[in-house]
Amino acid sequence: MPMVNIAGKEVEVDEEGYLVDLSQWNEDIAKYMAVEEKVELTDAHWEVVNFLREYYAEYQIAPAVRVLTKAIGKKLGPEKGNNKYLYELFPYGPAKQACKIAGLPKPTGCI
Amino acid sequence: MSDMDDMDDGSGIIKKFMFLNRKAPHGTVYALEGLEVVLITAAFDQDVSLVFTDDGVYQLMKGIDTKGIEVKDFSKTYRALEGYDIEKLYVDRTSLDARGLTEDDLIVDVTVLADDEMANLMAEQDVVISF
Repeated sequence: MPMVNIAGKEVEVDEEGYLVDLSQWNEDIAKYMAVEEKVELTDAHWEVVNFLREYYAEYQIAPAVRVLTKAIGKKLGPEKGNNKYLYELFPYGPAKQACKIAGLPKPTGCI
Repeated sequence: MSDMDDMDDGSGIIKKFMFLNRKAPHGTVYALEGLEVVLITAAFDQDVSLVFTDDGVYQLMKGIDTKGIEVKDFSKTYRALEGYDIEKLYVDRTSLDARGLTEDDLIVDVTVLADDEMANLMAEQDVVISF
């Protein structure tokens, strides 16, 4: 699998650019992935990224977008747990893009 | 590539799907693959039931530690099923009893069924897929 150099460290990614070993994840990697995805990270983005990392730690999977949206609504309120808000942050798919930035695998069920 | 959950084909046909989990969680790929199929199926808004029987009940055991065999412990993922609106989880009493287990040993809430109740549940299904 391809190796990329991120902030001086060799990191393995899969053919779609997702981090292979999520224990390697750090903020530099998140920033690199965000550039790849053409997403400019703000606090609102970080909130979703950190939420996803917590979700993964608890359930060992990257959630499908519908599940992510619902879970965010529960934790952060309905003004954030909706498609409009999340797609404005991550236009090419909140689950797909935010997972990549969070160092998670591509969500199960995402084709 | 898209987040397929947002798609709606409008067909609106809902079938009863049962996924039958019969094997121990590790050693073969069946349990993990079965779980992934279930998570994907959840996107299609079908009526999904999960059954854990025979050694499949071990998939739901609390306190699984896979460090020694160097594979991922996906048992926590069963707790995520609720978020996927998969809430019908069944275990058969005979399989639990045969292994000295009770509901308290399991990582999620399940409905425990007697053999005849399980047979009836299976008979109601449109599709039964066994892992």
